[in-house]
Amino acid sequence: MTTPTKEALFEYVLRMGDNSLVLGHRLSEWCGHGPELEEDIALTNIALDLIGQARLLLAYAGEIEGKDRSEDDLAYLRDGMDYKNLLIVEQPNQDYSYTIVRQFLYDAFNFELYSRLLESKDQHLASIAAKALKETSYHRRHSAQWIVRLGDGTQMSHEKVQQALDELWMYTGEMFDMDEVDEGMLEAGIGVDLEAIRHHWDEHVNAVLEEATLERPQDAWMMSGGKAGKHSEHLGYILADLQYLQRAYPGAAW
Amino acid sequence: MVALPLNASEREAEIWRVLEQVKDPEIPVLSVVDLGIVREVKCSDDSVEVAITPTYSGCPAMNMIETNILDMLKSADYPNPKVTTVLSPAWTTDWLSESGREKLRSFGIAPPEKGVPSKRALFADTAPIQCPHCESLRTERVSEFGSTACKALHRCMDCREPFDYFKCI
Repeated sequence: MTTPTKEALFEYVLRMGDNSLVLGHRLSEWCGHGPELEEDIALTNIALDLIGQARLLLAYAGEIEGKDRSEDDLAYLRDGMDYKNLLIVEQPNQDYSYTIVRQFLYDAFNFELYSRLLESKDQHLASIAAKALKETSYHRRHSAQWIVRLGDGTQMSHEKVQQALDELWMYTGEMFDMDEVDEGMLEAGIGVDLEAIRHHWDEHVNAVLEEATLERPQDAWMMSGGKAGKHSEHLGYILADLQYLQRAYPGAAW
Repeated sequence: MVALPLNASEREAEIWRVLEQVKDPEIPVLSVVDLGIVREVKCSDDSVEVAITPTYSGCPAMNMIETNILDMLKSADYPNPKVTTVLSPAWTTDWLSESGREKLRSFGIAPPEKGVPSKRALFADTAPIQCPHCESLRTERVSEFGSTACKALHRCMDCREPFDYFKCI
């Protein structure tokens, strides 16, 4: 066991916070546009859970950093390259099938991640995980049900969800990449062995896809870079929307 | 109003009674004590500290609950009240009080299943939910998500009324 540097722990927690924030923001864009009323409510409820998790994580990251940055400072006053979220969460909503496939792939990952973080040597991170795991379990069940319903639905819903799956698959590899920060956190007993959870992610994803009569895409070239701050152009648009108020009127409050 | 000085445990009991007057802004029949979100009350001669735990990470009512607790304690003449948030152990619907469950039912919200380990409730099919209006067990789920983070939407096949179900977590 080693003691990680403050910088590495900050980075680790920040990444998780950014994932939650960016995906929460994406889902909130569905507010008032859901394919049916219940789904409108579901997607925004999930957004709310994710933004709640982001608040806990970013507040904690700020505390670790010790530079007096609040959760709001981290959310509203960082540029794109300082955001460390996975590329999958910033991908645009497109249509509902695309949104639900993105959610399904990410929920399955997040569930495994939080399950392992319960054992983290970092007490605060473990308690955030305990809270978030309950919510994530609920999300995971919801998105899996929709994958089955759409995949095993009409010809059109099947085609759409298969296409979304094919297009989003290249963003799944990054979830399991271990870089220096991940290695360090694993070594310290704080972080998760991402390569080891891949097998559990596979099991869940394969079982749901099979029930949904969908074909699992071949693993090919995987996009990555989000953890290092290299993003697709989509993140810039999210931040423009998310940060507009604080950038235009610094310190605005109500 | 206070004639005799109270000892610490009497003071604490009194604070719990004050907290029973603080209601959940979304479900005004439930107090924060009924909800089981008050985890600890600490008091000394010149301060009161109440520890609460969120129901959901993103529950937007938490800030308001905190403010309401502070206001209520101030109006009951407690000096320097403070509210802290604890995350662990994570809140579970098993912490809803018995009277809270009754209050939910009479308010038209089906209380969560009891004593069900959260994992089972999350993955397996659960027992039928009883309609809070006509008590029928012939009900179905309309949506796993409802008007607030803590509720799901169901409907009764007998009295035909839709109703909220307090999700079991």
